[in-house]
Amino acid sequence: MEFLDPVLLARIQFAFTIAFHIVFPGLSIGLAAYLAVLEGLWLKTNKKIYLSAFKYWLKIFSIIFGMGVVSGVVMSYQIGTNWSVFSDKTGPILGPLMGYEVLSAFFLEAGFLGVMLFGMNKVGKKLHFFATLMVALGTLMSAFWILSANSWMQTPTGYSYNEVGQFVADDWFEVIFNPSFPYRLAHMVTAAFLSTAFLVGGVSAWHLLKERKEKTKNETARLMFSMAMWMAAIVAPIQLIIGDFHGLNTLEHQPAKVAAMEGNYQTQKGAPLLLFGVPNDEEERVDYAIGIPKMASYILTHDFDGELVGLDQFAKEDRPNTKWVFYSFRVMVAIGMGMIAIGLFSLFLRWRGRLYDNRFIHKIAVWFAPSGIVATIAGWIVTEVGRQPYTVYGLLRTYDSHSPLDAPAVATSLVLFIIVYFLVFGTGIVYTLRLMKVRPGERGKLADEESKVKSSVTLSNRLPHESNKEALNKEGGE
Amino acid sequence: MVDYALIWAGLIAFAVLAYIILDGFDLGIGIMSPFIKEKEDRETAMNTIAPIWDGNETWLVLGGGGLFAVFPLAYSIILPALYMPIILMLLGLIFRGVAFEFHWRATKSQHLWDKGFAIGSLVAALCQGIALGALVQGIAVDGRDYAGGWWDWLTPFSLTTGIALAVGYVLLGATWLNMKTTGSLQKQSLSIAKIAGVATFGFIGLISLWMVFIEQQYLHRWFDTPNIYYLSVIPILVLIVGVSLFLTLKKKREVSPFLLSISLFLLSYIGLAVSFFPNLVPPSISLWQAAAPDSSLKFLLVGAAFLLPIILAYTTYAYWVFRGKVKEGEAYH
Repeated sequence: MEFLDPVLLARIQFAFTIAFHIVFPGLSIGLAAYLAVLEGLWLKTNKKIYLSAFKYWLKIFSIIFGMGVVSGVVMSYQIGTNWSVFSDKTGPILGPLMGYEVLSAFFLEAGFLGVMLFGMNKVGKKLHFFATLMVALGTLMSAFWILSANSWMQTPTGYSYNEVGQFVADDWFEVIFNPSFPYRLAHMVTAAFLSTAFLVGGVSAWHLLKERKEKTKNETARLMFSMAMWMAAIVAPIQLIIGDFHGLNTLEHQPAKVAAMEGNYQTQKGAPLLLFGVPNDEEERVDYAIGIPKMASYILTHDFDGELVGLDQFAKEDRPNTKWVFYSFRVMVAIGMGMIAIGLFSLFLRWRGRLYDNRFIHKIAVWFAPSGIVATIAGWIVTEVGRQPYTVYGLLRTYDSHSPLDAPAVATSLVLFIIVYFLVFGTGIVYTLRLMKVRPGERGKLADEESKVKSSVTLSNRLPHESNKEALNKEGGE
Repeated sequence: MVDYALIWAGLIAFAVLAYIILDGFDLGIGIMSPFIKEKEDRETAMNTIAPIWDGNETWLVLGGGGLFAVFPLAYSIILPALYMPIILMLLGLIFRGVAFEFHWRATKSQHLWDKGFAIGSLVAALCQGIALGALVQGIAVDGRDYAGGWWDWLTPFSLTTGIALAVGYVLLGATWLNMKTTGSLQKQSLSIAKIAGVATFGFIGLISLWMVFIEQQYLHRWFDTPNIYYLSVIPILVLIVGVSLFLTLKKKREVSPFLLSISLFLLSYIGLAVSFFPNLVPPSISLWQAAAPDSSLKFLLVGAAFLLPIILAYTTYAYWVFRGKVKEGEAYH
């Protein structure tokens, strides 16, 4: 098995497990905030519609959060099993940041999650709302610390070395608020909100399409769709601006990453914005390029003839993998543009009073349901592959970071992870989709009185769910 | 001069102990779940821990994350050394964790996720015990790296500690259920607790004796004078707790068997700490050698000192909200 490079296997394993993982906390951040807003509106207005939307998404949240927890525990140990040199050297800096994440975020989420999910009848309304707020706060605190740690790996500051070669913090403020952190945090949290908004929008649009077919009126689905489209109209353009600032920050600190994003091999003035192309590393050019002249220079330097540093300024062994960065970046931006278009279109329809009966936007919204998740993963590929060949940018190489690894052991664990993840999280996604199929609102919450739950579960479990939609509605409605 | 490394060793030890006890009864319930006859009883058993398992598992993340933060050298030696048991434990915990949701969402495949709950819990418990056994036996180190092979962790001793921990977890789980439930489930839990109690007691004796033959340090720590005079308190206490456990189980007490089982774990844990000290990675790396620089220890200590009491307060509150007996059919879902 000597042809297998254990470091490459370890990288694939890390990429695979974290790509799966990030979907769940990403949605948890958005859904927790959404749930807090819904419950707050319910407490304020006392309108049942908010409560039914809250209960609808609470079930979906609980399954997504659960998957986030179990896939997250893997991450906290995998750094040590596969990247022990990295752990030893960066532990004194990254460890405390993650320690703060556990203490200020994970316990907060986990401690109040039980009350949030199961405590509706055990504590008062206000205390329950408090629990929901604490869970939402926990997800945001978690994002704060883990993105700080990630950003330090991208733009390390505030450190020195000790006699055994470990990174040591000189100034914790500089470590935490390293140069790329504010941008990355804003970009990721906004991405989490948008992913959730489009998921909610897609699910409610699907029910609106169904509502049309069945000639009924679903107020809850309308409320959810309306809220999602407000998010699309307001937050998607904001994300474009944040992304632009993030890009400028990257240009300042990691120009090689930006060069790979733009497919810019040669340093040049008036660089074009490539909409599409095929990066060719051998010939150092982009084949079949379609672009807008001078636009990349304008976006990044705010001058049509501004000079952009190309990959030629970096030795070949110091460059990231251009293809991954180049393509992923385009996927992310294309989705972002699509989101903005949907948001603007929704404003127009809202103005014309046709938001709930324009089938075209509902169909598009259904297609866009997973768009935020795809864009989030694409964005992370841009920033993480773009950091290569380093784990700590410019300071510690990936090939100097790994454990004393043995290829067969890593290969075995990688195969196990792939099988288990597809099986477990694949099933989890099926169950989530099944919950999303349940009609939100009055009819869907037949078993709103939670105490009846049990019997209907056992009942519906005995029925093949395809043949009995009502039973499925009940099961999901609990 | 404040010894931050020592303070942190104490805090990490506390986190690991909290994990072992809290997730111990969760995992124990998973392991014993196939032996509970009625489906309704199995669901009730699961429901007694549904609102709290997540918080309980967080102590494992604190143990791992804390080790990374304050003893990075230990983290970067122990984890590669225990590569396979750690990976298998994580996979086991995945099956255990998703079962809480999937059980209620599944239709035809429900029995499969229930098996996943049981087997996942068992694998996680075995791997944790094996990891402990391998650590007790010592880890080969060269410079700042693990220097052993990929199967070093697999020995008769580590297998024994693996089984012992799984059995001990069943004791915790069964006494928890005895405390939290009524009727047929309580009855079954009581009889399982009796068997697991005797077995746990036996394993504690076996492993304690075995340990002193493994490493000279352990022998000297326990049997040299004057150590033997005051350390003998621990085995005597184990004996007293064990006998009381047996008596309270016989009298069908509800709360005290659970507390006594926890005491049994606590005493065994103290015994291990006495054997290890001051090493973090036996036989060669002490906690001071493994410690991160003081700037890291101090920075995280400020947060821990402030946040840990708050965490303990709201964790207690969460337990308080779900206090009392969980009746059959009182599902949360």
